[in-house]
Amino acid sequence: MKPQNKFTMRIPSKSANESFARVAVAAFVSQLDPTLEELSDIKTAVSEAVTNSIVHAYKNQIGTVYISTEIYEDRSVKIKIRDTGCGIDNVDKAMEPLFTTVGGERSGLGFSVMQSFMDYLRVSSKPKKGTTVIMKKKLSLKVATNG
Amino acid sequence: MSLNIIHSGQVITACLDGEIDHHTAAGIRNQIDQAVVENHPTMLVLDFKNVSFMDSSGIGLVMGRYKVISAEGGELAIVNTSPQIGKVMKLAGMDRLAKIGTEEILNETAK
Repeated sequence: MKPQNKFTMRIPSKSANESFARVAVAAFVSQLDPTLEELSDIKTAVSEAVTNSIVHAYKNQIGTVYISTEIYEDRSVKIKIRDTGCGIDNVDKAMEPLFTTVGGERSGLGFSVMQSFMDYLRVSSKPKKGTTVIMKKKLSLKVATNG
Repeated sequence: MSLNIIHSGQVITACLDGEIDHHTAAGIRNQIDQAVVENHPTMLVLDFKNVSFMDSSGIGLVMGRYKVISAEGGELAIVNTSPQIGKVMKLAGMDRLAKIGTEEILNETAK
């Protein structure tokens, strides 16, 4: 199935861009007229994935985060967030709730949020090559309104 | 992201304003901790009324403040969360660490 519309962007892995990334994706998805809850879910999941690239993949450096969003006729949304950072040794371990490799106040819940707020999550990663996160969500059918 | 700290008897309320993510969380953490350590409140209230967005960085912020107030022998309360923020809090099991609700829970505690 071909997407009916597609949007790509790349941003430097600066933490100030976390807000921009989630708002940009949400603005693009808005053309499908999602519910507020669906839009919040997408914004939260994007924020988690982009933050992972910034905090983990490009830990002590500025790299590029690639984000693409596709929307389909059946009201599904596919979001791909990719970096070419340090990669993840053990993806299954990284996806366990509360697991985190950095100190400070990282909750270790990023992947749990993505999993729970989206319908589909796939994480592929190669050490020293980078990580790609693919998330999908099918939006609810629009309720017909009069007028 | 901005922060307003209100002292009322033994209760300190931190009114958060804006969006909480990894970028903004760091800036407010120290201000809240300083108020707690200096005043030894019996309760720290995190008021989310004016928070329009929060991701799991906010959970890190809540868990960190829970540790600080617990070390001081006090309790943590979380009030006025939007449905989106409530969903993230619930996923993280924050209801096991803190009282979550509206401002009324504070009145009940004061009784």
